[in-house]
Amino acid sequence: MVDAVLDGIQPLAGRGLWADAWRRLRANRAAVIGAIVLGVIALAAVAGPMLAPHPIDAIYWDRVTMAPDFALGHYFGTDTNGRDLFARTLYAGRISLALGLAATLVSVAIGVVWGAVAGYFGGRVDAVMMRAVDVLYALPFMFFVILLMVYFGRNPLLLFVALGAVSWLDMARIVRGQTLSLRRKEFIEAATAGGIRDAVIIRRHIVPNCLGPVIIYATLTVPNVILLESFLSFLGLGVQEPMTSWGVLISEGARQLEGGQWLLVFPAGFLATTLFCLNFIGDGLRDALDPKDR
Amino acid sequence: MSAASILSVRDLQVSFDLRPATLFGKRRRLVAVDGVGFDLAAGETLGIVGESGCGKSTLARAVLQLLPSSAGTVVWLGDDLGSLSPEEMRRRRRHMQLIFQDPLAALDPRMTVGEIIAEPLDAFEPDLGPAVRGARIAESMDLVGLNPLMINRYPHEFSGGQCQRIGIARAMILKPKLIVCDEPVSALDASIQAQIVNLLGRLQREFGLALIFISHNLSVVRHISQRILVLYLGRLVELAPAEDLFVAPRHPYTRALIAAVPVPDPLIERAKPRLVLGGDVPSPLDPPSGCAFRTRCPKAITLCAERRPETTEAGPGRLVACHRWRE
Ligand SMILES: Nc1ncnc2c1ncn2[C@@H]1O[C@H](COP(=O)(O)OP(=O)(O)O)[C@@H](O)[C@H]1O
Ligand code: SF4
Ligand SMILES: [Mg+2]
Repeated sequence: MVDAVLDGIQPLAGRGLWADAWRRLRANRAAVIGAIVLGVIALAAVAGPMLAPHPIDAIYWDRVTMAPDFALGHYFGTDTNGRDLFARTLYAGRISLALGLAATLVSVAIGVVWGAVAGYFGGRVDAVMMRAVDVLYALPFMFFVILLMVYFGRNPLLLFVALGAVSWLDMARIVRGQTLSLRRKEFIEAATAGGIRDAVIIRRHIVPNCLGPVIIYATLTVPNVILLESFLSFLGLGVQEPMTSWGVLISEGARQLEGGQWLLVFPAGFLATTLFCLNFIGDGLRDALDPKDR
Repeated sequence: MSAASILSVRDLQVSFDLRPATLFGKRRRLVAVDGVGFDLAAGETLGIVGESGCGKSTLARAVLQLLPSSAGTVVWLGDDLGSLSPEEMRRRRRHMQLIFQDPLAALDPRMTVGEIIAEPLDAFEPDLGPAVRGARIAESMDLVGLNPLMINRYPHEFSGGQCQRIGIARAMILKPKLIVCDEPVSALDASIQAQIVNLLGRLQREFGLALIFISHNLSVVRHISQRILVLYLGRLVELAPAEDLFVAPRHPYTRALIAAVPVPDPLIERAKPRLVLGGDVPSPLDPPSGCAFRTRCPKAITLCAERRPETTEAGPGRLVACHRWRE
C-alpha cells in the first residue's frame, strides 16, 4: 500500500514550525540587522574592556569630567572621578546584557511553563498555582531582595535570582490568560480526542500559540530588568564600584547634564540601541512564528 | 448488546451546571442529553439527526469521554469507558477518532499539514523511522485525495473542503475502528458536501470503519447511514434502519422532518402534504413536562403532558418514544 502510494512521488522532507520560522526570520531585514548590531554590542561588551586603552578603575586626577579626547585614548571622555568612560561603558554592557537576558530567559522559562500548566489544567491546579503567584506578587520586592542579601550575602548571582523571580509573575499571568482562551479551541479538543498526552498538547499546541505575546512581553522585560538593576545598585544592593552597569552609568550621567553630556549620551545610546535591536528581533520572531503572516 | 457491537451506549445523560442568571438566582441545570442509548456494530454507520441545539455534539463528546456524563454507561469493546483511568482511556483513543464541524478550527494554525496528520501516529507509534513515518503521512493524504506534496503547507492555505480532508487524514492515519463525524459537512459548500460524504462512505467500506455521522440535515445522513437515530431536545425519539425510517416514520417529529426534506422533482414537491412544524424548540433549561415534543406535536393528547413516553420497540430493530406511535 505504502509503496503503491509512493510510486512516482518522492515524499517531501517534512518541515515544522521552527524550521519555517527560522527561514522567515532570516528573510526579515530589520530582525537580521537588529541581531547583527546586538551581536556587535555584545562582542564589544565582552572583548572591549580588554582592548580599551585604559582600565575601568584607573583614576586620572588630572582628567576629571573630560570631554572625549582621541589623542589620550578617552574616546567617550572621563567621568567625575577621572575614569575612562569608554572602558566603563563597554564593561557595563557585560553586566547589563547578561542580567537583562538571563533574567528574561528565567522569566520566560518559568512563566510560560507555570502559566500554561495552570491554564491548561484549570480547576484546582489553576487556583493553587495562581494563588502562589498572587502571594509572591503581594510580597514587597525590596523586602525580598534584602532577605536574599541577608541570607546569602552580596553575590552577583543573587541579582539574577531576585530579578528573575519577580519578572516571571507577569509572564505567568499573560500565558495563563492566553492558555484559557486556547483551551476552548477545537484543535485542542481534536488533540485530546486523538489521544495526545497532556504534556505533549501543552508543548506542541499551547506554548507555540502563546509565543506572540510572550516574545513581545519578553522584549519589554529586558529594559525593565536593566533599569531595576540600576535602582538596586543605587540602594547599594546591586553591582558595586568599580564594577558598573548601564543603568548605573545612566543615572550618574543624568546628574551631570550640565558640563558632561557625554556621561549620559554614550551609555544611554548603547542601552537605546540594544532595546531597538531587541524590539526588531522580537517583532521579527513574532511574525516568523505566525504562518499566516506573509 | 448484540454479538457484533463494538460500542454500546445506555441511558446516557449529560448535564451542564450553569451560573445563576442573577446574583442571587438559583444554580440552573441544563440537561443536554437525556437517557440516550444505542448500539453500534463494527463497520456500521449510524446517522444522528436533530435540530441545532438538540444535543448532538454533546452526545458525541460524551460517547468519546471528552465530556463527563452525569448518568449512563458507554461500553467500548467490553470496557466501561467511564470507569477507566485517564491513561487507559487515552490508549483507547487510538481506535476512536473525531472529525469536526468547523474544519479549519480543528487544525492547529501553527503546524504544517504533515505534522497535523502525523500527530496521532507520533502519539501511538513513536518509534517509526522518518522514512516510514513520511510514507505513512503520504499514504494517509493520498487516501483522502490530498496531494502528499503539500505536507509543508499551513491550514489557512487550504479551502474548507481540503481542511476537512486533512482532518479525515489525521483521523485515518491509525486505521481506527470508529470515527465520530460531528456535522462534517455542515460548514461546507453544497458542491463540496457530497464529495466529503462520499469520501467517508468509501473509507467506511474500504476499511470496515464504524461511523457515527451527525447532521442536522436528514437528507445528508440518508444515503450513508444504515440506521438513523433522531434526537429531540436531548432525547432519543426514534431509531430505525434508514430506509424504514423514510418509508414508514413512526414518530410525529420524524414525520415532520421527512416532510421538510425537499424532493428534487418539483411536481412531487408541490403535491406533497405540508406538515410544517409550528413554534420554536423549547429551551432545554425548561423542557415541557411529559413528552418533550408535545408543544409542537399535531397529535398531542393530555397523556403526553402527564407522562414521558418510554422508548419502546416498534418493529425489528426499531425504537420509538411516543405514546401514539401505533396510530
Ligand atoms: N459547555 C456547555 N455549557 C452549557 N451548555 C452547553 C454546553 N455545551 C452545550 N450546551 C447546551 O447543550 C445543548 C446541546 O448543545 P449541542 O450538543 O452543541 O447541540 P447540537 O450539536 O445538536 O447543535 C444546547 O442547548 C447548548 O446550549
Ligand atoms: S408522545 Fe404525544 S406529544 Fe409526544 S410525540 Fe407522541 S403524540 Fe406527540
Ligand atoms: Mg453541534
